[in-house]
Amino acid sequence: MTALQLFLTILVIAAVTFFTRAAPFALFGERPAPAYVKYLGRVLPAALIGMLVAYCFKDTLFAQYPYGIPELIAGAAVVLLHRYRKNLFLSMLAGTVCYMFLVQLVFV
Amino acid sequence: MKKSVAGRAFRKTVPVLVGYLFLGFSFGVLLTSSGFPAWLAPVMSVTLYAGSMQFVAVELMLGAFNLVNTAVVTLLVNARHLFYGLSLIEKYRGTGLYKIYLMFGLTDETYALVSSLEEPKGKESTRLYFFITLFDHIYWILGGVIGALAGTLLSFPAKGLEFTMTALFLIIFTEQWEKEQNRFPLALGVALTFVCLFVFGSETFLVFAMLALLAVLTAVRKTPLVREELPLGRGGRR
Repeated sequence: MTALQLFLTILVIAAVTFFTRAAPFALFGERPAPAYVKYLGRVLPAALIGMLVAYCFKDTLFAQYPYGIPELIAGAAVVLLHRYRKNLFLSMLAGTVCYMFLVQLVFV
Repeated sequence: MKKSVAGRAFRKTVPVLVGYLFLGFSFGVLLTSSGFPAWLAPVMSVTLYAGSMQFVAVELMLGAFNLVNTAVVTLLVNARHLFYGLSLIEKYRGTGLYKIYLMFGLTDETYALVSSLEEPKGKESTRLYFFITLFDHIYWILGGVIGALAGTLLSFPAKGLEFTMTALFLIIFTEQWEKEQNRFPLALGVALTFVCLFVFGSETFLVFAMLALLAVLTAVRKTPLVREELPLGRGGRR
């Protein structure tokens, strides 16, 4: 990409991101939202977090070596650490270091 | 004793301080190790300010120039923000000009902080939300700059660093799972997305996953699977 193309790409991402954050306020800011929209506002955030978790595994090779094993081990480490220690930084650091160790030194 | 609003906001944001410095650092390293100049890190962190989207942005910037594709991917990755706004409409009503920045800075983490606060409405709550949003933004920019410099100066064995993002979402997932009313949507989100990934492949699965999620959540609306917690639960009526 040229510098201009890079600039335009960043601009588009910024504009669309702002749109997703501002649209609900623009639509319903001055009057109560319909019950269906309120319902979605209640259940969708959790469903989308679930979606994002699965989204992170989109490039994982489940059908060929290393069969997603590094992701499974590191992912399990994050969840277990977080359940029992509840320390965001620890869970994130340990999970990432574990994953980097596995993909750089074990499953090469 | 009267504590300053900025001081209160700072104390609220300490967990995000740690998380954003680290996540921002990872972003900075990823950016420079992908061959981009370090100054792009603050530029992107100031203007985009979107955690996971900035990781995806690096991928987009490495690919062919295609603004339509860029817009669609951004919309998909950030679509969840539409629903964050939806649940904060009442809280952010009457915040005046601050609202523009509050909307701009509504990241996952800022949303999680603000939505968990129980503040009486007024000037003070507006300033508290503003400072929380601002501090989170600053942490994110700082982390990105430090990471970009580190990535330029040292040759960092960065392979696998992108797992930070996976770890963060797994952590949010784990925390959400502990609220019982969220379990069905969480499980549904994971399951449907994986099914769509295996059926449609990694290029297009996200659109199908979102449509499927909307359809199923609409279908089960009147069932006990998605009932509200009564009467003290946080999902209750406001």
